Amino acid sequence: MNRFSTLGLYAASLGGALLIVAGLVTASGYSAWDTLVALYQGSLQGGASIGLTIDEAAPLLLVAVGSIICTQAGIFNIGQEGQLAVGAMTGAAIALYCPGPGPAVLILALLGAAAGGAAWAGIAGLLYYWRRVDVVICSLLLVFVAMQLLSFAVNRSYLLQENAVPGQVMIPESDLLPLNERLPRLGSYPGLNVGTGVFVALALTALVALALRYGRWGFRLRMLGLNPIAARRAGVRAALLGTGAVVLSGAFAGLAGGVMLTGSSYRIQDGFADNVGWEGLLVALMARNRPVLAVPVALFFGALRAGGGFLASTGVPRYLVSIVTALLVLAAVFPVAFQEARRFQRGRATARAAALEGVAS
Amino acid sequence: MNDLELIASSAVRLSLPLAFAAAGEYVAERAGTLNISVEAMMLGGAFCAVTGASITGSASLGLLAGIAAGLLVAFVHGTFSHRLAVNTYVVGLTLNVLVLGLTSFLAESAKATGHQVDVLRIPLLADVPTLGPVLFAHRWPAFLLVGIVPLVWWLVHRSRWGLEIRASGESPQSADVSGIDVNRRRRQALLVCGLLAGLGGAYLAVGEVGSFNQDMTAGRGYIVIAAVIFGGWTLRGTLAGCLLFGATDALRLALPALGYALNPQLLISAPYLLALIAMLVFAKSRQGPAALGTPFIRGIT
Repeated sequence: MNRFSTLGLYAASLGGALLIVAGLVTASGYSAWDTLVALYQGSLQGGASIGLTIDEAAPLLLVAVGSIICTQAGIFNIGQEGQLAVGAMTGAAIALYCPGPGPAVLILALLGAAAGGAAWAGIAGLLYYWRRVDVVICSLLLVFVAMQLLSFAVNRSYLLQENAVPGQVMIPESDLLPLNERLPRLGSYPGLNVGTGVFVALALTALVALALRYGRWGFRLRMLGLNPIAARRAGVRAALLGTGAVVLSGAFAGLAGGVMLTGSSYRIQDGFADNVGWEGLLVALMARNRPVLAVPVALFFGALRAGGGFLASTGVPRYLVSIVTALLVLAAVFPVAFQEARRFQRGRATARAAALEGVAS
Repeated sequence: MNDLELIASSAVRLSLPLAFAAAGEYVAERAGTLNISVEAMMLGGAFCAVTGASITGSASLGLLAGIAAGLLVAFVHGTFSHRLAVNTYVVGLTLNVLVLGLTSFLAESAKATGHQVDVLRIPLLADVPTLGPVLFAHRWPAFLLVGIVPLVWWLVHRSRWGLEIRASGESPQSADVSGIDVNRRRRQALLVCGLLAGLGGAYLAVGEVGSFNQDMTAGRGYIVIAAVIFGGWTLRGTLAGCLLFGATDALRLALPALGYALNPQLLISAPYLLALIAMLVFAKSRQGPAALGTPFIRGIT
């Protein structure tokens, strides 16, 4: 009965969300069916589309896994959007300016991206460690600083801006990465082709899943998250472990930026992060902070992002994708929270009844 | 008007929408709920104000529509994070994505005609040199602040409700033990925030600009949060923060026209940097509400 009602609740709330979207599309004078077809064509029809979905999913997964590490430790880092941008900037600087053989520079750029993201998150971690400044607020504020930092760098020719031909209008974006410093792709265009970034993401996801479940580090981290006081009593170095988790989640976000840079965009420009950092957080939430579950959720979000590019053919504004994303997140969160609230209320009611009975007898 | 007057009056005009929303955000944060969705409230308020004004043909009714939009976002946020105990940051983030998507989608699908509320010049005072045009000649809803700010202060610091609000923000467990319904108080504080942030967004749209364009608040909600932090969770400081951040925005717009060059990226990120520095410097003396951002679940300490 209980399981049945859970499923029913999920079906009802997801159905409700989709109904709202369909109603919105129809009311604005578009065809809901055509929209669905376009989303499908953009994300799942044919090898190229599936490859695009997977490419979009890889950075989302990385961000989500990083955020899961942090959440498991009971700390919220919501600055992934900025950490991703700083990571990508560091990666781009290394890839463009570091001499050496292509593959070595590529690996160095990816590591640099992770280090950049880690450093940016490290500011939040450090301020927390040093002055007890709230991690959430700090990492959030740093997102907007990071955006401007990126904008600054791509608007300065001595930093990352492209080397334009004299007389040409300078666009705020970097040069393209050299061909041998890009992540190799498997397969070729009309068929299924995916960047190798997704394998990096999957390997790290598996590693984190195992470490969280079986490792000593993972055990301490979860202990810290479940009860920081008990963890401290048991000898967990809370400040170090917590700061480490924040830094590590920043490294994942930075690496996501590196993968986007070397795997699909090949250059960095204003607005590079493109909400991947925010959406990665939502992936982690929908996966209920389980790394393995984050894989299908990230794929699903990747499919939405990929399909969004196809919406233009139907004339539906592409903003529809963010509406769908947000509504689905709310719909996915609602049943669990609703049942918990219900169970809690029922528990209180029984307790009250028992107490009243005790008074009466 | 000379240059200085021009910059000063544009600084005041740019900080007015912030001030409305910041007064609301101040109430919400004192109740212990950190709602990033203030951005969504402002953006929704701006959109609904323009749409409402376009439908009814009256900019003043548009303001009411904007308030309604802010209240709606606040209601959804309150239900999810203080009835169902979903993480408040995630709810706020989702709402921001949702409202940004919705308003952009609808603005592209249906065009609204522009409406703007009237300018009110306070007689005599507006004729005072320098100060007059800066302070006493604005779109009329701006003068609502004269009533709203003392009211918010009185509500939070002198009323029973405000005491309960502050208790919910400082020590929800003790508040709960003394019979305060913490989550209800937080939901109510959110509604106050929604009302004022919706009004702030509406003021931006039908007051200052007169039309809606995609993502027109452009992160002002986050600046509002930065202002509350910068002000060390005091109403006075919060409003000072709004004025300061309005001034940096005015400088960013005015300096190139006046022939000065100052790094625009630095000016855009100034509110966030200043808030960070304020948190760092005053970390020991002016701390935020102790339970800020932590959900209250009875029985869990």
